[in-house]
Amino acid sequence: MSATSHALSSPKPLPTRRSCLFDPPGEFRLLREEEPVSRLVFPDGKVGWLLTRHQDVRALLADDRFSSDRLRASTPVRNFPIRRDDPAMRAGSLISMDPPEHTHYRRMLTRYFTVRRMRELAPRIEQIVSEHLDAMERSGPPANLVPAFARPIPSLVICELLGVPYEDRAMFQRCTSTLLRLDADEDAILAARDEMWQYMLELVVTKRQHPDGALLANLIQDVPDTALSDESLAGIGLLLLAAGHETTANMLALGTFALLRHPDQLHALGENAELVDSAVEELLRYLTIVQFGTVRVAREDVYIAGQHVRAGETVVASLAAANRDPAQFTEPDELDLARPASQHVAFGHGIHQCLGQQLARVEMKIAYPALFRRFPALDLAVPPGQVPMRHDMFIYGVHRLPVTW
Amino acid sequence: MRIQVDRDRCRGAGQCALNAPELFDQSEEDGTVVVLDDQPPPALHERARLAAALCPNTVIGLLETPRT
Repeated sequence: MSATSHALSSPKPLPTRRSCLFDPPGEFRLLREEEPVSRLVFPDGKVGWLLTRHQDVRALLADDRFSSDRLRASTPVRNFPIRRDDPAMRAGSLISMDPPEHTHYRRMLTRYFTVRRMRELAPRIEQIVSEHLDAMERSGPPANLVPAFARPIPSLVICELLGVPYEDRAMFQRCTSTLLRLDADEDAILAARDEMWQYMLELVVTKRQHPDGALLANLIQDVPDTALSDESLAGIGLLLLAAGHETTANMLALGTFALLRHPDQLHALGENAELVDSAVEELLRYLTIVQFGTVRVAREDVYIAGQHVRAGETVVASLAAANRDPAQFTEPDELDLARPASQHVAFGHGIHQCLGQQLARVEMKIAYPALFRRFPALDLAVPPGQVPMRHDMFIYGVHRLPVTW
Repeated sequence: MRIQVDRDRCRGAGQCALNAPELFDQSEEDGTVVVLDDQPPPALHERARLAAALCPNTVIGLLETPRT
């Protein structure tokens, strides 16, 4: 069957069941081959679309006929409680903005996340990595790599960058985790949001009074002409804190797990330090931790690969499926750390491509090699099937990673 | 080869500065692309093509000079 506007199957929920640790659900392969623009039914009962081909995903994310307004979109795996009259749902949240508002915020923030600025953080990141490896060495094996290494490193880095007190991490790690859990009930989600929101608002007030040279205070000082409201600053802070925490943390732990399961690849990385650049891109592609993809809402009627998407319908771009598309990647299901630079969409594509991607790269390029240099005999302390995977979270990864050395 | 960029479309993802640092940098002011060498030597043509291919907003245009 070819992808034409007739012969659509009935709408189905987003495939979420994985049969392999590192591979996306098998249904994506079939959809990509037979029905690359397929009908999707959302938990709110509405019907929209799912894209699984690399070319369609990239085209969607670069298409300004689609909006990123999350408050108008259906979410693919759970209802997201929305309070439309609540400014906290929208303020400063550039991930949900469209141009020209998005352009304004993005331009304001990008200078703090350039390649050069992130490279300047490398010595401090190396120090943080080294301190956590020292602590692991002192405690001795076995260890759970998530709290010992993968979570605290990006957490400490983003806290220092933003000027968020690291001592408060227990609160915002708990809240972020609630926000990302698929089975969290609506009251719990709203309560977590309110708690983080209140915390951020208070922090912004503190920064106005006592600037500390970190990002939130600098935003207040550097852009007086734009006069950001406390609400906008809190929204920016909340987004960057949550994004800086969960993403790199899961890449570090899941990436380590994947490397341990591909000993030949790991060996090659150890032999050739220059491989780290392509290795990080390949791990991003292969693991695609934003496992349920990203959503857009059609502002007008649009045809995608012959299918008529109507104004107001939500389209899900499966980043995980796109990153395994054989039309774009040779042997897409193989982890090949030497794979030449490719147009993977792990960070998204278009105007919303990840603001913090250069920070994430620097963190990963430092952390993986340092971990395996310090513990050359690093191995899982449990059988691979016993590692609890994050099937139940918006961001894929491992809940725990017991390791020994 | 001649490099032309559309800075209005640029959102400063940094793919160009990461993959072709000899040719591209990012503005201190808003992170958008700065071209360091708009007529790269042949040795850097591949890097320029890579930067253009990886740009998420198709900001980078390459005018390839026909070989004589």
